[in-house]
Amino acid sequence: MSIDNARCPAFGPGGPHEVSAQLCDSLLGEALSRGGDWADLFFEHSRSGSFSMEDGRVRSVGRGVGLGVGIRVVQGESTGFAYSQDLDEAAMRAAARTAASIAKAGGATRSSPVEEARRPDRYPVETPTLFAEDELRLGLLGRADAAARAADPAVAKVQVSLVEGLRQILVATSDGILSRDEQPLFRFHVSLVAERGTKRQTGSAGGGGRMGLEFFEARTPEAVGAEAARVALAMMDAREAPAGELPVVLAPGDSGILLHEAEGHGLEADFNRKGTSNYSGRVGQRVASSLCTVVDDGAVPHARGTLNIDDEGTVGQRTLLIEKGILVGYLHDRLSARQMGLGRTGNGRREDFTVTPYPRMTNTYLVGGDHDPEEILRSVKRGIFARRFSGGQVNISNGDFVFSLTEAYLIEEGRLTAPLRGVNLIGNGPEVLTRVSLLGSDFLAADGVWTCGKEGQSVPVGVGTPTVKIDAITVGGTEA
Amino acid sequence: MTAADNGLLSVASIVLDRAMASGADSAEVLVRTGRELSAKVRLGVPELLEQASHRALGLRVLRGGRQAICHTSDFSEPALVAFAEETARLARLAEPDPDAGPPDPGILATAWPDLGLFDEAVAALGPEQAMEMAFGAEGAARDYDPRITNSEGATCSVSAGQRALVTSGGFAGAFSGTSVSLEVEAVADDEGGKKRNGSWWDSRRRLGALASPEAIGKEAARRTLAQLGAKKIPSCKVPVVFSPEAGAQVLRSLFGLVSGDAAFRRATFFLEQEGRIVASPLCTVLDDPLIEGAPGSRPFDGEGLPSRRNLLVDRGTFTGFLCDTYAGRRLGRPSTASAGRGVGSAPAVSPSNFFLARGDTPPEALLRDTPEGLYVEQLMGFGWNPVTGDFSKGAEGFWIEGGERAFPVSEVTISARFEDLLMGIDAVGDDLDHKSAIASPTFRVSRMTVAGS
Repeated sequence: MSIDNARCPAFGPGGPHEVSAQLCDSLLGEALSRGGDWADLFFEHSRSGSFSMEDGRVRSVGRGVGLGVGIRVVQGESTGFAYSQDLDEAAMRAAARTAASIAKAGGATRSSPVEEARRPDRYPVETPTLFAEDELRLGLLGRADAAARAADPAVAKVQVSLVEGLRQILVATSDGILSRDEQPLFRFHVSLVAERGTKRQTGSAGGGGRMGLEFFEARTPEAVGAEAARVALAMMDAREAPAGELPVVLAPGDSGILLHEAEGHGLEADFNRKGTSNYSGRVGQRVASSLCTVVDDGAVPHARGTLNIDDEGTVGQRTLLIEKGILVGYLHDRLSARQMGLGRTGNGRREDFTVTPYPRMTNTYLVGGDHDPEEILRSVKRGIFARRFSGGQVNISNGDFVFSLTEAYLIEEGRLTAPLRGVNLIGNGPEVLTRVSLLGSDFLAADGVWTCGKEGQSVPVGVGTPTVKIDAITVGGTEA
Repeated sequence: MTAADNGLLSVASIVLDRAMASGADSAEVLVRTGRELSAKVRLGVPELLEQASHRALGLRVLRGGRQAICHTSDFSEPALVAFAEETARLARLAEPDPDAGPPDPGILATAWPDLGLFDEAVAALGPEQAMEMAFGAEGAARDYDPRITNSEGATCSVSAGQRALVTSGGFAGAFSGTSVSLEVEAVADDEGGKKRNGSWWDSRRRLGALASPEAIGKEAARRTLAQLGAKKIPSCKVPVVFSPEAGAQVLRSLFGLVSGDAAFRRATFFLEQEGRIVASPLCTVLDDPLIEGAPGSRPFDGEGLPSRRNLLVDRGTFTGFLCDTYAGRRLGRPSTASAGRGVGSAPAVSPSNFFLARGDTPPEALLRDTPEGLYVEQLMGFGWNPVTGDFSKGAEGFWIEGGERAFPVSEVTISARFEDLLMGIDAVGDDLDHKSAIASPTFRVSRMTVAGS
């Protein structure tokens, strides 16, 4: 693999795959040998591991290593891309020449010699979980499993997983930047099935981030197990949901998935550069109620979506997207920033070295307001309280989004009454934020389990909101 | 068997031998290699040209019922040896599972059919041809109508690869496959600043079977224009017609219900339904890995068992769960040869070509026979709970009035208990086309809840 337990930098001096500045210069020269505006190299060494427990026993242990380099050449609107899983010089040169075939300028473009760039340190981890004692991690699974079962005799089947990764990247660009990062990622998850008589229901809970086992200082494995059981039991007797337009109150935290789908994707600059998003050309215009301020913050310490540098070597940052309801900016990668003549925002991300980057979100937050969450609930005569979600999806062009609830309640006369099953919310991105009428003072970043998919690529992201009241949204229940 | 296959088998054998020498009771190695090419154009300009070769190797080791699964892309011999030893060591960390392990060697495949999964013409496609196909498709979409004002581009993707499985039970097999796909997404401006998009695609194992770039481009444009002026409708309970694309998404949910993995995890509401009526008599569902040239076809499964056709729903009656070896043991029955396998994971029950059998109604007749209802072209979202059967998805399509298309509809959801959806299927089209591994003809459900304004 080799699954070397040494924690040396893969591409650093003396590392197993040392990449020198001189090598970068030479490969970038090859990449621009047929012309082109710029080129970059993305070296990646990613280690992953997983433990999964089922029926109270550790059923499987897994490890994997990915290693390679992706090489990109850009000329105008056109990108040539190739990758190599072999890091010997001949194979990398061949990949550089393949990527170069996109360029038609004739003469070679000069590349600046690369120099090591400084970067912030937002997720220092003393011991990445991959290098923690195996028995320590195995014990955590058992504790979550036992707590889930102990929560109620109805809990019938429990699965616990611990997934860990450590991604080392080195980015070198033809404008002279060499930047590297080590990105830990950790996720702990419990899912279960509870049964009572003929009724059956699922529940899940989890958490994680760019951190080590110190995750469990704030939240014990028992707490994660018990939370999964709580959701299944709460929804066991859920009834059919109403259908039609209703006010909706979003609980703080996970509800940020609505913001991510409804607004965030539409603000990724690739869609706006092409004029295919609902938000195209709308900077300076009102796109949300004046209560709404939305940021994408890649600088939050240890959060799941945080980046010291993005996958193009740009330092991750906090970017204001919507300020008091007015659209102020987009999320950029290198390509969109250059084509729109704007600054990069550190949002160029890729799943791995085998694919090219796109503008992607990091941690996308709706900033808290000043209303009392209790009061927000009390203001609703009849509506839906949305607490947990299985996911969401958006059509960027027309802005329509759907998101699916796994824990929802009916609100009647300002109080939560019946749990509801199978609730979907559907709406239109640019419309839904204009209907935000109350914003709680209880901002919460979600648990650190979300993964975003775009162009077939998955990247870890964070979401977060306070309690939010939306005056009307279409609820897809079965009780028409 | 080609020389390339032999290369894979020998790489796999190195790993297998070393794992067994390191104390494994059994070991299985999967090796995948291939070449991929993708050409994307937008507004008549090349946007992205990707070309690369890839390889990956996955190893599962069992040791006293303890299981470890590792993967690597480093094929140098010393690295493979170290990898195999490390995987064997890791297995000690797991706990013994009496049901874990490979199938009985006596039932492994010893010969298998050539299913026509590899096409030399696809393997030979170069970047210029792929680019040309993408240009042709996007151009056809843009030239179709002046109301097509923008484009998300057209992409032609080509892949050719080999897959080899070698197990300590004595199985050694490899096969090659190709795939070529072409996709276009056109954009039009609607009132109120909304954009409307429509996409169309085709994907085949053989180049000669792929729809022409012109046909794909025109269909994408037609679909985009058809969405102009789409609106929400008031909530109602009406018949819903599923297009083959939307129908395939319903079938995806159904697969989760008939999977033996879900059954032993008690995560499917079909648990006590074997032998019972779960769907309308018009409903027959199969998983068939032996269809010549189809996307989900495989000569043997992920554990080396000979592929076979499985009938899941027979004219409305649920016949039984699809199983791999592990799910079968948990449920006390044999495998149905339904193991899928990736390099980084244990074998798991997976669909091959999973589909609703074709009916005898042409889709046009099915529409004409629907006085009022919703025709769904596309579904969105994650609203599906296989444990309870709650099914609720975002939908886009058009309203049907007097058996004809009335106006486009968007921003609504359709919901039903899944058992009611299956029982309510009252017409099945004759337009089944295996362009994706999970496929469906057009079908109609007599009544679902549509949530709108």
